[in-house]
Amino acid sequence: MLKRVHFRHPYLPYLLVAPQLAVTIIFFIWPAAQAFWQSMLVEDAFGLGSEFVWFENFIALLHDPQYLNSIKVTAIFTISVTALGIGSGLFLAVMADRVIRFASGYRTLLISPYAVAPAVAGVLWLFMFNPTVGILAYIMQGMGMSWNPLVNGTDAMVMVVIAAAWKQVSYNFVFFLAGLQSIPRSLIEAAAIDGAGPVKRFWTVVFPLLSPTTFFLMVINLVYAFFETFAVIHATTSGGPANATNIMVYKVYKDGFVGLDLGSSAAQSVILMLIVITLTVIQFRYVERRVEYGN
Amino acid sequence: MIERRPGLTIFSHGTLIVGLMIVVLPVYLAFVASTHRVEDVLQAPIPVLPGDQFAKNYIAVLTADVANFGSAPVMLMMANSMVMALGIAVGKIAISIISAYAIVYFRFPLRTLFFWMIFITLMLPVEVRIVPTFEVVSNLAMLNTYQGLIIPLIASATATFLFRQFFLTIPDELLEAARIDGAGPIRFFFDVVLPLSRTNMAALFVILFIYGWNQYLWPLIVTTDQSMSTIVMGIKSLVQVAEAEPRWHYVMATTILALIPPVVVIILMQRQFVKGLVEREK
Repeated sequence: MLKRVHFRHPYLPYLLVAPQLAVTIIFFIWPAAQAFWQSMLVEDAFGLGSEFVWFENFIALLHDPQYLNSIKVTAIFTISVTALGIGSGLFLAVMADRVIRFASGYRTLLISPYAVAPAVAGVLWLFMFNPTVGILAYIMQGMGMSWNPLVNGTDAMVMVVIAAAWKQVSYNFVFFLAGLQSIPRSLIEAAAIDGAGPVKRFWTVVFPLLSPTTFFLMVINLVYAFFETFAVIHATTSGGPANATNIMVYKVYKDGFVGLDLGSSAAQSVILMLIVITLTVIQFRYVERRVEYGN
Repeated sequence: MIERRPGLTIFSHGTLIVGLMIVVLPVYLAFVASTHRVEDVLQAPIPVLPGDQFAKNYIAVLTADVANFGSAPVMLMMANSMVMALGIAVGKIAISIISAYAIVYFRFPLRTLFFWMIFITLMLPVEVRIVPTFEVVSNLAMLNTYQGLIIPLIASATATFLFRQFFLTIPDELLEAARIDGAGPIRFFFDVVLPLSRTNMAALFVILFIYGWNQYLWPLIVTTDQSMSTIVMGIKSLVQVAEAEPRWHYVMATTILALIPPVVVIILMQRQFVKGLVEREK
């Protein structure tokens, strides 16, 4: 944590941490405390006064069919995005690790979607899936499938999942490729000499050795799907049609800024905070373990 | 390569090419759409080869004003995005490197407390404290300003950790030598620590520039004045126009312009990017 030798100075270290701490306190800790406080208040109909109601906002939320729907939608969305993103990232990394020709070309292009904003990714797929002008919609309609993400909830969900996962594949690809390249060749050669083919080698040697990377990426992808995909939803479906893509992060925003239901929005914020705290703790406990393995 | 399996190699190339097509197709089609007249785009099936309206469409979106499109001119939004992305990247690096320096190189009371306070920011993404943070920014009169777009986002636990981790690998002998030569903490920072941190700063810069450019929720809530919108959030106002069908050729030209700067940065600085990404998570 600390150097063996260090400086002593009466005020310089405080000056150095001051900007970071000021931003942290003013824009992070104070608003979070406010959210906790507001989550236990109910404003009266005119917004003139408010009453302290303990956990009533939370209880109301858990009885609200809209919120329960949002939890269900979020679960489907995050699990699908994580599974699709990690599956494709791993598959492409395994393939890219095998080839020698054009390896750097493949890599560069597969990494680039990381730089595309989630909102932009959403609009790109919205354009392809658009029932009147989209090429994918045209192909699907040509095959006799009915497709309209503007009206059909399932279609809308499929569209936002693909858009959100598309962007995240490159992140997973980078980590899986780094993981694959750190596996000692000797282990794989030993398995090959024992007569294991490529598929068997993957499942019995490579995949188990990648499990720390996979676990780490699962946490990161869940955080991404929970929080950073707000832009995908907002820029494409706005939670619709009929709340079919109304994920929790979008609902907090909508209830707070459009609906102006501050107590309920704050309670939703607190629930989301608990989720992100849980995920961060899991991630850091795991990182500690990985450092031990590394030594 | 463990053994020769030409079949498998062909299969690998095949799947990679399919993967690449899925990666590139959305961007390619957007580019194609941005080079046609709107009538051609609206007519199914949409064209799959670029048209001849490239210059016309791009000049139109770059220079047109609010009256034409229901959003600020793209040029202005790109300038706003650039200010925001650079401000966030430089700001985060600057305040993180000095706080990591204090935490690693000084012994002072409350050090551990400060470290944990910085750590906590990891658990409080803007999405979970939207309304109260908006109120704070509004009370500080920072709505519709560059300060409001930048400052609330520049606290960074991950950048601080990265620098802390790196400083711990700098040999103590350097510090001892510097002290013998009479260098104080500020001199040591500028003459030794900062030059040694250059690669880490470059790696972080790539990631943070992309992070800043791609912000969406934050500019959405702190800017109400269209002249302050950023390009990434401005696209939405083009997609959701009052009339029935968006002007897809303009939307797609704007989309292409919105993704060029971060994609160029990532391609030019690919090595630093991969290093920064993988190291940051350690």
